[in-house]
Amino acid sequence: MGTGSIIARDLKLALRQRSDAAMIVLFFVLTAALFPFGVGPEANQLATIAPGVIWVTALLAVLLSLERLFLADYEDGSLELMALSPVPLEFTVLAKVLAHWMTTGLPLIAAAPLIAILFNMPVDALPVLALAMLLGTPTLSLIGAIGAALTLGARRGGVLVPLLVLPLYIPTLIFGVSAVDAALLGFPVRPHLLLLAGILLISLVVSPLAGAAALRQANE
Amino acid sequence: MPAFEGQNLACTRAGRRIFAALEFTVPEGGALILLGANGSGKSSLLRMLAGLLAPAGGALHWDGKAVEDDPEAFQDNICYIGHGNAIKAVLTVHENLAFWSKLYPPTASEGLEELLDRALETFSLTSLRDVPGRQLSSGQSRRLALARLVTSPARIWLLDEPSVGLDDVSLKRLETAIAEQRAEGGIVIAATHTPLDIPDAGLLQLQNFAPPAFDPEMLENSW
Repeated sequence: MGTGSIIARDLKLALRQRSDAAMIVLFFVLTAALFPFGVGPEANQLATIAPGVIWVTALLAVLLSLERLFLADYEDGSLELMALSPVPLEFTVLAKVLAHWMTTGLPLIAAAPLIAILFNMPVDALPVLALAMLLGTPTLSLIGAIGAALTLGARRGGVLVPLLVLPLYIPTLIFGVSAVDAALLGFPVRPHLLLLAGILLISLVVSPLAGAAALRQANE
Repeated sequence: MPAFEGQNLACTRAGRRIFAALEFTVPEGGALILLGANGSGKSSLLRMLAGLLAPAGGALHWDGKAVEDDPEAFQDNICYIGHGNAIKAVLTVHENLAFWSKLYPPTASEGLEELLDRALETFSLTSLRDVPGRQLSSGQSRRLALARLVTSPARIWLLDEPSVGLDDVSLKRLETAIAEQRAEGGIVIAATHTPLDIPDAGLLQLQNFAPPAFDPEMLENSW
């Protein structure tokens, strides 16, 4: 019940500060839309780079949103009270990550087809793209939570987070792109999706434990 | 008789010893006021009692049992009001308080809504019920933070400068709330600079436990 009220609260906060989530999606779409200007409007070339562009920009968009995961609660004392509450801190982390994913990951998935069409990506690959993002973006939120928790209280935390988190994002990026590439080239997509699911399961276990340990440290 | 005791407590922050060999006992229904200059470790001691900060030495006992044996069970007895008011700017007064009281499930027999109304009434926030947190003055924010005391089922209140920004009327209400908590056998430990009228409260001068200005051991460690 406690975990549910944390999710409900974070969703309510995100809903009342809609511009935050909207900025992330806007960043995602605008950054991706810059690529055709950079690499030229050749349709086949754009279709080839589409999966990579979508994944890299989605990853950067999630990175941008990580700061609001814990920082506001850390600064106003809410995090201390959550740490002292009967809800185990691990579940608190999981609840906050879930709310974070629902307010960044889901909107990004919804916006991805727009970019895919902009890049002339064949429509048959869209379901695989959505499925890969559905398995991959929760991992981005989970791993990002560790980085966000570790950098609380550090000066220039905003610069540190990418340094900590980006290397850990690479497996998700690789298999996320290769799943869509496989769909485009007519190869089986299942192995790639299974690998994405495997990474998700590992981070589902590691992130709450590591995140909670980092938050305890930050609260000292 | 449940009592809250600290034995031989020591605190180190960033390699610097803040206090050492600190002892205190608060009996059931008792109160303890922490006194000391800025930086003497009042907040650190409260955070240590709340379980946010691990003691560098010593032990805490609650009800005859060592706290470190089961820290999570002990934390159910704690209501901690720190420096931060933990108020969200975009949530209303009622929503802010409702969230915290859901996170710390009250044991009271009355329903949640009645409890929240009573808590808001206690710190005269009823008229501000639907005002968003960002519009509160600093004193009103403090009162909203203190309203958590009423909804909390905790036996031990840890208050860090609870009276900052409060007007005279609110100060009286806080004193009444503290008296009621103690009458029910609760314990109140508060750090304060402003005079807070808590009858026959124990006083703990943190300066008495400060390490000597020249500490040969620290000097040795710094080589």
